[in-house]
Amino acid sequence: MTFQVVINLIIAIMWMFLSESYSGASFIAGYILGILLLLVLNRFIPDAFYLRRVYKIIYLMFLFIKELISSNFDIVKLVYKPKLEFEPGIFAMPTELKSNWEITLLANLISLTPGTLSVAISSDNTHIYIHAMHIDDIEDEIYSIKNTFEKAISEVTR
Amino acid sequence: MIEIWIKVIFNLIIAFFLLSGTFFILSSSIGIVRFPDVYTRLHAATKASTLGIAGILIGAFLFLYVSDSIVSGKLLLAIVFTLLTAPVSGHMISRAAHRNGVKPVTKNRTDEYEEAIQKHTQH
Repeated sequence: MTFQVVINLIIAIMWMFLSESYSGASFIAGYILGILLLLVLNRFIPDAFYLRRVYKIIYLMFLFIKELISSNFDIVKLVYKPKLEFEPGIFAMPTELKSNWEITLLANLISLTPGTLSVAISSDNTHIYIHAMHIDDIEDEIYSIKNTFEKAISEVTR
Repeated sequence: MIEIWIKVIFNLIIAFFLLSGTFFILSSSIGIVRFPDVYTRLHAATKASTLGIAGILIGAFLFLYVSDSIVSGKLLLAIVFTLLTAPVSGHMISRAAHRNGVKPVTKNRTDEYEEAIQKHTQH
């Protein structure tokens, strides 16, 4: 990925020198030209096209913001209910992510989703212990976390 | 005429952001008072307050931009850092509470972390 970014920057600077206008606009024009060249010559360059990964990162950020807003509305609904009707509890969620960085990101995302708060991570990094507002639907919760966050994170890092 | 309307609309947007931000912070503090134990209180403290702070900072950003035409990057950075630090602090406080033996309020006593710790110490 870094190799492709460096090539793209070199193409942009070369474009600036070739067109003999050293401004931000010509740099951006050269950068777009570089993206097009990389797209065309994608077969001869190692690794997949790097903007796909950038797109995945942006997708993850939007997912994060969406979940943050929905969790806020959830907790506000719970706060203003006249009766406190929930059954909290702590459950374990197995995770397939390996590196520290991925697990940190997953725990952060879990903390900001509706009704869940990551409490601890087991010493062998295989389970995340999550405190949930509604302990009844553990299976659904685990399934949805695995399907959205774990998938998005593993697509960014691998 | 049109300029006045644009100003009014911008002021309404700013007021909306500021009011919704304060609403979320108020409800998170009510939640801290109402909920039964540390973990559920942390739910209120870490979640509702992040959007509240973000709303107030976006309102301040828009206000500075409209009135003085200043693009304040510091306010946007502050939003990013609250989003990064709130879940981490919630995680650390709940973990510290659990390690100090604070039992979560549950109906059926579901606490798989406690079970895992006990299994670990028995071996």
